[in-house]
Amino acid sequence: MSQPTHSSRRILLPVRQWFIVFTLLLALFLSLIPLGHAIGIPDWVALVLAFWSVREPLRVGMGAAFVLGVLMDVAAGSVMGQHALAYLLLTYGASSLSRRVLWFPLGQQALHILPMLLATQIVMVVTRLVGGADFPGFGYFLGSFTGALLWYPLTFVLLLPQYQPIEKDENRPI
Amino acid sequence: MSVVGHQPPPFFKRGPAPLTRLAFFVTLSLALLVLDLRFRYLEVARQGVAFVLYPAQRAAYAPVELFDHIGDYFTSLAALQQDNAQLKRKELEAANWLMRQQHLELENQRLRQLLDMQARQPVPARLAEIIYTARDPFSRRVIVDKGTQQGIAAGQAVVDEAGVIGQVTRTYPLQSEVTLITDKNQAVPVQIVRNGLRAVLFGASGGQLELRFLAANADVVPGDLVVTSGLDGIYQAGLPVAKVVRVDRDAAYTFARILCEPAAGVERHGQVLILGSRGSLPPQIEEAEARDKPAKTRKGRKRE
Repeated sequence: MSQPTHSSRRILLPVRQWFIVFTLLLALFLSLIPLGHAIGIPDWVALVLAFWSVREPLRVGMGAAFVLGVLMDVAAGSVMGQHALAYLLLTYGASSLSRRVLWFPLGQQALHILPMLLATQIVMVVTRLVGGADFPGFGYFLGSFTGALLWYPLTFVLLLPQYQPIEKDENRPI
Repeated sequence: MSVVGHQPPPFFKRGPAPLTRLAFFVTLSLALLVLDLRFRYLEVARQGVAFVLYPAQRAAYAPVELFDHIGDYFTSLAALQQDNAQLKRKELEAANWLMRQQHLELENQRLRQLLDMQARQPVPARLAEIIYTARDPFSRRVIVDKGTQQGIAAGQAVVDEAGVIGQVTRTYPLQSEVTLITDKNQAVPVQIVRNGLRAVLFGASGGQLELRFLAANADVVPGDLVVTSGLDGIYQAGLPVAKVVRVDRDAAYTFARILCEPAAGVERHGQVLILGSRGSLPPQIEEAEARDKPAKTRKGRKRE
C-alpha cells in the first residue's frame, strides 16, 4: 500500500475535525501514563500535534497548542507555560513548513520532524535552566529520536479513517 | 467596484495572521512562566486544571497499577518467607527500644517540666503510599495518594522507615506532590551527629546529596551521620537524612565538596509517613523587623 503524499496518486477523504480532537486527547492520555523518568519515551502530544500541523495546518492552530501545553504542564507537574511555549513554536514551525514537508516521502518527512521535536525539547530545557532547574542529561533528548522513528506508523494510523476503498474502475483516470 | 458601506465578501476570513497569533500566545505563555516561576500566582489555576485532569490521570495509572499487581502476584514464595523472617527479626530488635521508649518519653517530659522548657509536641503522622514518579524530568518529585481531603498541607515532612525522603510541596484534593531531598532546589537544614556541626544539605546529580557551604577545613569525615537540625521549623530535629561518603578538600576553593548518600530509600517506591506540621515557632526575623518598624516611624514623626 502506497502512502499518500503530494506526489502519490492516492486520494484521501477529507479529515473530520472530531478525529483530530480525539487523537490529540488520546495523545494527552498516553502522556498521562506514569512511567517516571524512563528515557526514550516520545512526547506523544508534541508528535500528534506536529502531525496535524503538517497535515492540516488550517485545522490545528496556536490555540489548540496552547491549551494542550497548559494541560501538559499541569499533568507533568512542570512550570506553567513550559510545554505551552514549546508546543506553540512547534505548531508554528510545522504548519509553516507543511507544504515543504509533505512533498517528501515518509522517511524524509521523519528527518524533517526530528529537528522540530528536538527544538521543542531544547525550548523546554532552556526555559527550565533559566528557572534554575537541573539539566536532566542527554538521555532526555532520546524521546525525539523515538518520535521521529514513529513517524511512519503514526502517519499510517492517523490517516486510516481517510482511506477510501479502492474501486477498480478502468474508465477513471486516477 | 467599491461601493460605500460594502465590504469585500468574507470568503477567505481566517482571523489574524499566524505570526500575530504566535506572538500573542507566546506572550501569554511567557507571562505564565514568569507568574509561576517568580511569583507563584498560578497555584489556584493549577488546582483547577488538575481537578479536571484527575479522572484521566487515574485511568492512565490503571494499566501501570495492574502491571505492578501482576508482578506482586507472581512474587515467589521464597522471597515472601524471607521477607517475613526479616520483618520478625526487625520487630524483635525494635521491641527492646519501643518498650523503653515510653518510659523515656515520660521521663523526658518530667525533666522538661522541671527545667521549665517548652514541651516537645507529639507529632501526628499519616501513612501514605507513593503512587508514581512525576513526569517532569527536571526535578525529583513523587506523587503520594493523600491530599488536602486527608488533611495534608504543603510544607509537611515525609519520612520512610530509614529517614527523611522529602517534603510535601504541592497539594491536590486527593494527591500531593512530594519533592525529594535529592532535588537540586530542595534544601534541608542538618547537623552532623558526631560533632553537632550545622549545615545545609542540597540535592546533587545522580541521587546523591551535597553538604554545601562548609569550610574546607570543616570537621567532616566519610561515614559521618547527618540528621535534621530542626532549625527550619519544618523537619523534626534528629531525623536521619544521609551519610557522608566522600569529602574533597581543595585549597583553591573556600568550601569543601562533601557528597552524601541518602539514608532513606529516596528513589524507591513504597509506603511513607507524612509527619504533621510542627507547632508554634519562635518569631521569624522578618516578623521581628516588622514589629520594630512602627517604633522607627514614630521616631520619624517625632522628629518632624
